[in-house]
Amino acid sequence: MTANSLKNQPDERGHFGPYGGRYVAETLMPLILQVEQAWNKAKADQAFWDEFEELARDYIGRPSPLYFAKSATEHCGGAKIYFKRDELNHTGAHKINHCIGQVLLARRMGKTRIIAETGAGQHGVATATVCALFDIPCVIFMGATDIERQAPNVFRMKLLGAEVRPVESGSGTLKDAMNEALRDWVANVHDTYYLIGTVAGPHPYPAMVRDFQSVIGKELREQMMEREGRLPDTLVACIGGGSNAMGLFHPFLDDTDVNLIGVEAGGHGVDTDEHAASLTGGKPGVLHGMQSYFLQNEDGQIDEAHSISAGLDYPGIGPEHAWLFDEKRVDYVSVTDTEALEAFQSCTTLEGIIPALEPSHAFAHVLKIAPKLPKDHILVMNMCGRGDKDIFTVAEKLGVKI
Amino acid sequence: MSRIEKTFAALERAALVSFITAGDPDRDTSAAVLEGLPEAGADIIELGMPFSDPMADGPVIQAASQRALAAGANMQQTLSMVQQFRSKNDETPIVLMGYFNPIMAYGVQQFGQDAANAGVDGLIIVDLPPEEDEELQTAAKANRLDIIRLITPTTDESRLKTLLDGASGFLYYVSITGVTGTASADMSKLEPHIEEIKKHTDLPIAIGFGIKTPKDAAAMGRIGDAVVVGSSIVQTIENNDKNTAARAVATQVKALSAALSKPLAKLDNQG
Repeated sequence: MTANSLKNQPDERGHFGPYGGRYVAETLMPLILQVEQAWNKAKADQAFWDEFEELARDYIGRPSPLYFAKSATEHCGGAKIYFKRDELNHTGAHKINHCIGQVLLARRMGKTRIIAETGAGQHGVATATVCALFDIPCVIFMGATDIERQAPNVFRMKLLGAEVRPVESGSGTLKDAMNEALRDWVANVHDTYYLIGTVAGPHPYPAMVRDFQSVIGKELREQMMEREGRLPDTLVACIGGGSNAMGLFHPFLDDTDVNLIGVEAGGHGVDTDEHAASLTGGKPGVLHGMQSYFLQNEDGQIDEAHSISAGLDYPGIGPEHAWLFDEKRVDYVSVTDTEALEAFQSCTTLEGIIPALEPSHAFAHVLKIAPKLPKDHILVMNMCGRGDKDIFTVAEKLGVKI
Repeated sequence: MSRIEKTFAALERAALVSFITAGDPDRDTSAAVLEGLPEAGADIIELGMPFSDPMADGPVIQAASQRALAAGANMQQTLSMVQQFRSKNDETPIVLMGYFNPIMAYGVQQFGQDAANAGVDGLIIVDLPPEEDEELQTAAKANRLDIIRLITPTTDESRLKTLLDGASGFLYYVSITGVTGTASADMSKLEPHIEEIKKHTDLPIAIGFGIKTPKDAAAMGRIGDAVVVGSSIVQTIENNDKNTAARAVATQVKALSAALSKPLAKLDNQG
């Protein structure tokens, strides 16, 4: 890494430019500093990575395949489209990558109880899974609204032995679940590790979760060199908090010839009040332990986010994305609920892959840009989750009773 | 001397810090409650700035923020309530308590200036640890506002040094590891910790979180230089209607204040 590498962030206090940092209640500060110390130590310990890699291979099923999406490519008639198949991971999404990493860290820290927040339930399922694996009691905070629209995942978490605690405050979605998880953590600092589900929260979480998720981008680099003998031209990933996108993008930040595109959830449209596009429609602020972009009113009250996809329904975004947005290294665009729903159906019929509604946003953008790109342009989209969990939402939107 | 310094200098017992959320349940009712606090016995007023996502607060104060915001509360209104209070009372210190985002949205420098002009004496910003408060410190110093730091049961000696650097007015000791209005403090651990902190600072120490009854207040008043009562006062506002809230809070605050003036034995007889 060179001195002016884009990969050098954050600084030692956890700042990505003006973003990131540690904006937490004083009760949590000593613990957050402990998490950072433990992480710095683990990061430098080969034994830690050996354990992570063994589980990544044998338990998650990594490396995830790089798949040439022939039908989608022919359908678009332009760029060569590849999918990075992180939906084939154990538990069906990329979230398991950072859950394995963090549970190993929690064990090293001697913590005996795990808490987590979840939106779509993917991070909750992945957390409940690793807690079952290591026999650690876990409590998952989930918004009451989300519990309703993600019933299959709620049941999965319960089967795995987790306690799912409904959060009624606010809009009963991901941000409220995160508030409640932080309240629980303040009350249980002595034995509890908070397993944050995205590249957000106080330092060191954004950097740590990114480092675990970077396995996606690192694998892709190798796979692409093997397949095409060169780096891809464009990478596309959806963004809620931004963990799958950060994991895909980070190993490519210094390769300025590689276009990076983050797709935010445009809900009913970014010109309406109902969307979840924090970069496109928000402004800098402080919430959940970090400075970043948030949807908020002029008084600094946080607005409710809206997206058809529970996993993207968050009014903020990881601080590294905020910084990359300001630096203009990554292009951030948005896709509406309707476009994502159409892309969900296209992907299913074209490729025989039922995508989660989250990567359906990424695929909607791929469908927009691929036709205009030359045939030798290599585009990779991160298929970060499978859509089984979303079939009820989709059926309802399509007016189908199942 | 600042209003906060004068208040502590004049008292021979622990000070009573009364918390309410600005604009709860609406501006007029909240202003009436605020105005009645000093006469009822509140020595210092802690005024909550409503926020949509109050992560360090329990259900009672969360609900107060929601009521205030639903009735149209915002930062301008909070500051105008302080200004209105100051037109009749120039002695009782007012400390604003809240979260950083509304201050950032207002503009940190402008906030410092407008808060001081309105008559605010100090700031407690729950999610702004010393590592991140440089900009607010600058604005506070320029406008002679105290930055009141939080000390908790998890604060060790090295952390204490970081917290004391830049602290002024008084220290706010969070007596439990938890959110507001939940558990009660463990006295056996609290007392030695406060004694330890006093070795490192001359600032008065206010004890807050989980103090509900006159008896709780009296017990904490023997250890701290001030006691903070929040959730139970806010609960009284919730339990009353607009016409009775101010009177009910005044009655409650009188009892809390009286408890701080009495020897503990008498209080036990009253139950």
